[in-house]
Amino acid sequence: MQSFEYANPATVQEAVGLLGARWGQADVLAGGTDLLSLMKEHLHEPKRLVNIKNIKELEGIQKTASGLRIGALVTMDELAKNAEVHAAYQSLAEAAAGIPSPQIRHMGTVGGDLCQRPRCWYYRQGFGLFAMKDGKSLIPEGENKYHAIFGGGPAYFVSASSLGPALVSLGARVKLVSAKGTREVPVAKFFVTPASEAAREIALQPNEILTEIIVPAAAVHTATYEVRQKEALDWPLAAASVALTMNGRTVTSAKVVLGHVAPTPWEATGAEAALKGKTITADTAEAAGKAAVLGATPLSQNAYKVTLAKVAVKRALMEAVKTAKA
Amino acid sequence: MSSKKDSELPVPPKSGFSRRGFIRGVGIGSGALGTGLLETEAAAAAPATLGPGPVPITLNINGKPVNLTVEPSVTLIDAMRNYLDLTGAKRVCDRATCGACTVIMAGKTVYACTVLAIDAQGKNIETIEGLATGSALHPVSKAFYDNDAQQCGYCTPGFVMACKGFIDEHPSPTEEDVKHGLGGNLCRCGTYMGIRKAVLQAAKEMKGAVKNG
Repeated sequence: MQSFEYANPATVQEAVGLLGARWGQADVLAGGTDLLSLMKEHLHEPKRLVNIKNIKELEGIQKTASGLRIGALVTMDELAKNAEVHAAYQSLAEAAAGIPSPQIRHMGTVGGDLCQRPRCWYYRQGFGLFAMKDGKSLIPEGENKYHAIFGGGPAYFVSASSLGPALVSLGARVKLVSAKGTREVPVAKFFVTPASEAAREIALQPNEILTEIIVPAAAVHTATYEVRQKEALDWPLAAASVALTMNGRTVTSAKVVLGHVAPTPWEATGAEAALKGKTITADTAEAAGKAAVLGATPLSQNAYKVTLAKVAVKRALMEAVKTAKA
Repeated sequence: MSSKKDSELPVPPKSGFSRRGFIRGVGIGSGALGTGLLETEAAAAAPATLGPGPVPITLNINGKPVNLTVEPSVTLIDAMRNYLDLTGAKRVCDRATCGACTVIMAGKTVYACTVLAIDAQGKNIETIEGLATGSALHPVSKAFYDNDAQQCGYCTPGFVMACKGFIDEHPSPTEEDVKHGLGGNLCRCGTYMGIRKAVLQAAKEMKGAVKNG
């Protein structure tokens, strides 16, 4: 990788003072599981790395009056093992535990999970986020078996975030801090489909640091189900996170968010409508799965992902109501 | 070529080399700074940036502090292999995927290819070289030998460290735990069955050792 200068601030204020105004000048280093690989591939060549691992205020999971506050430096391992998360935010615990590599869970942080770059192999091989050649994307007719089945381009990569779908389904927000101030953004709006090749797939600005995730109190039954090709380290092919508010056995409101099928976590509003007022059974769960993938626009090699997404929704729903009281 | 870009990055309020942020950040503690004038001066300094040229660092590997001078861009695996002659951990994928570079840092298994050496300061790093006691193999290494848990052996040092880290976290693993607990390492010879048996054997032995004091 290219050489860089290294800064080791102890506070968020010091850290944001070291960032640049434009992408490419400085990068924020936390777990490094994505960033260092990007730098080795020369996809990111920052002049400065701002290590945030020694900023104490970014650590820890706290129960608050309104829910849960998760510091950006909390590792996926800590999240997966946290008793509070396990008890009340099952979908989040499952998404974190779903990462098959203990090493990645030990190193990778929740902030990094949300800020990681897409795994699209065109992007990783230097063709850019849109893989444009002669004014046309290479992806729709190319090697697209792991690409998007929703969104319709010109961005065909899928969001790589493990926590994104669960956080969107829970109505979580992220706190973004710059030298100028602090803003809170719903996770649903943190992920964006970039309008141009030069844009980013997240709302974070180059002079900002994601400092924490705020998850509202979960009065719901939640679950995440990921469909994977193998048990070892890889990203899911499709995933679904669900959050249900129930009255007895009846669903009063549902959030169903698909992962790894679009450039952002993809809210399946069709499935949400299909579940309202229903009791979750194998039949209603399957119907919700079908409703979730209506309108999918698969590419030449990835129609199979439509089936996987459908099944992920069904299984996540069945799991979410396992603990539901009659 | 890049000088224009460089000048656009905010300059730390106080330029030049300050060891304050560096030393504090790596957890060596302020004791190393001494007191008096130096302390006051250091406290007033902004967080320094280090590099991009080589900087002196100290790593604590297998219980011994070692000093070396590396650029901030040097990874822990490259520091160990190229500067310290610790060639047990292997650099294979170099992309946080295969696990051949696995070491235990601050009690947790990590990929040494994806940790900057400068970031590994102040943490206890255990490598395959530190496992044996004299000529006596560590229970995990011995269990690999007993259960034919390697073929070409290239993944073995990383796998042994991953297994030790796993057993440290799960002292009484079930077969199912083992199956799901080693997803961060790859063996292209496919010796997984032997490795799983080795973990169960080693876990039993290590537990016995603790009981016997």
